[in-house]
Amino acid sequence: MIPKVRENILQHQDLIIEGWMEQIEKFRTDESLQSISASVYESTSRDFVQKLLLTVEENEVSDEKLNQFVERLIQMGWPLNYITRGLQEFRKVSVKVIFQETDDNADQFRMIEEIEEWVDEIVNLLVNQYSGSWENTVFLQKMALKELSAPLIPVFENISVMPLVGTIDTERAKLIMENLLDGVIEHRSQVVLIDITGVPVVDTMVAHHIIQASEAVRLVGAQCILVGIRPEIAQTIVNLGIDLGRFPTKSTLKKGVETALRMTKRDIVELES
Amino acid sequence: MQVQTHVDINSEWGIVAARQAGRKLAREIGFGSVDQARITTAISELARNIYLYANQGQIKIEEVTGSGKRGMKIIASDEGPGIKDLRRVMEDGFTTSGGLGAGLPGVKRLMDEFGIESEQDEGTVITTIKWLR
Repeated sequence: MIPKVRENILQHQDLIIEGWMEQIEKFRTDESLQSISASVYESTSRDFVQKLLLTVEENEVSDEKLNQFVERLIQMGWPLNYITRGLQEFRKVSVKVIFQETDDNADQFRMIEEIEEWVDEIVNLLVNQYSGSWENTVFLQKMALKELSAPLIPVFENISVMPLVGTIDTERAKLIMENLLDGVIEHRSQVVLIDITGVPVVDTMVAHHIIQASEAVRLVGAQCILVGIRPEIAQTIVNLGIDLGRFPTKSTLKKGVETALRMTKRDIVELES
Repeated sequence: MQVQTHVDINSEWGIVAARQAGRKLAREIGFGSVDQARITTAISELARNIYLYANQGQIKIEEVTGSGKRGMKIIASDEGPGIKDLRRVMEDGFTTSGGLGAGLPGVKRLMDEFGIESEQDEGTVITTIKWLR
């Protein structure tokens, strides 16, 4: 920033702060900011404008303190439009204040340009920081979801259970298949129970993936039992005309386990006391 | 007052969104859990067809009334490649994508009324209604 503009801004910083606080106070009625108390809003806003002026004072856009401040806003869940709105107001107020200094049009034009450039750079920096943190959050949640996705749990010798919960999309279907086959070989399972109690909708694609998975399990020498078919799901499967006749199904996991034990020549016996 | 919902389908998440919107409206209209499951499954099939064959399109869900009955209407429209042979696509087991080929005939069985219009290279519109009993 050219020294003249900088001096002007710094010289009138009290005016700028007051003008800015006034403008940003109007913005407080915005829905996304309702949950923030008046005193916190006021002190945060004052902090914000001072950090902005500090970048002008140090003539350095990528100021560490401004970054830390925004980091804190992100963590506290302040909306991005507070930041962008704040910077817009900062630009307007500074331009207005500086205009009082000179009447020369060419001078004014140069000053506007300077301030615009300065503020734009800060906007870019902060928006990047915000979107970076969102991308990071989305990525972490995706990973977390993937970890929850399709575990194969060995429950008895040679018997494993795969509980499926939630929507099955193409990516998850692939994961289910991989985990199923890897798990069957690792745990030497003879019977795998696929539990669909937690799957909200069984359409033809979901059914298709389940059929393919059980067919693949059959190829590696084990057998699948489909359990947890709720009555309404049973009806939609029949309506859709999906043929699940080729592998055994049971209504509950409990019955499935009993069947699996029988298939591996075992039984649950009650002890006499 | 008619309730209307639009869902744009352009990713697999759109399918989930359409399904949830459908289940919500079905519950509000007063469908039982079995019919709710039928309607959601039908929406799921239609939305998946859009995603699979046309890449994008939209699902419109609305409440309808007719001859003293209340019901729910689903309109699935896209501007995709269209369907070549409408008769074959309604046959069980016919598929061009390696799926089960139960989608459209399945939807017809899940719902009460079913209509399909398709123009090659222009798109497909499927309209289907479930009446409340």
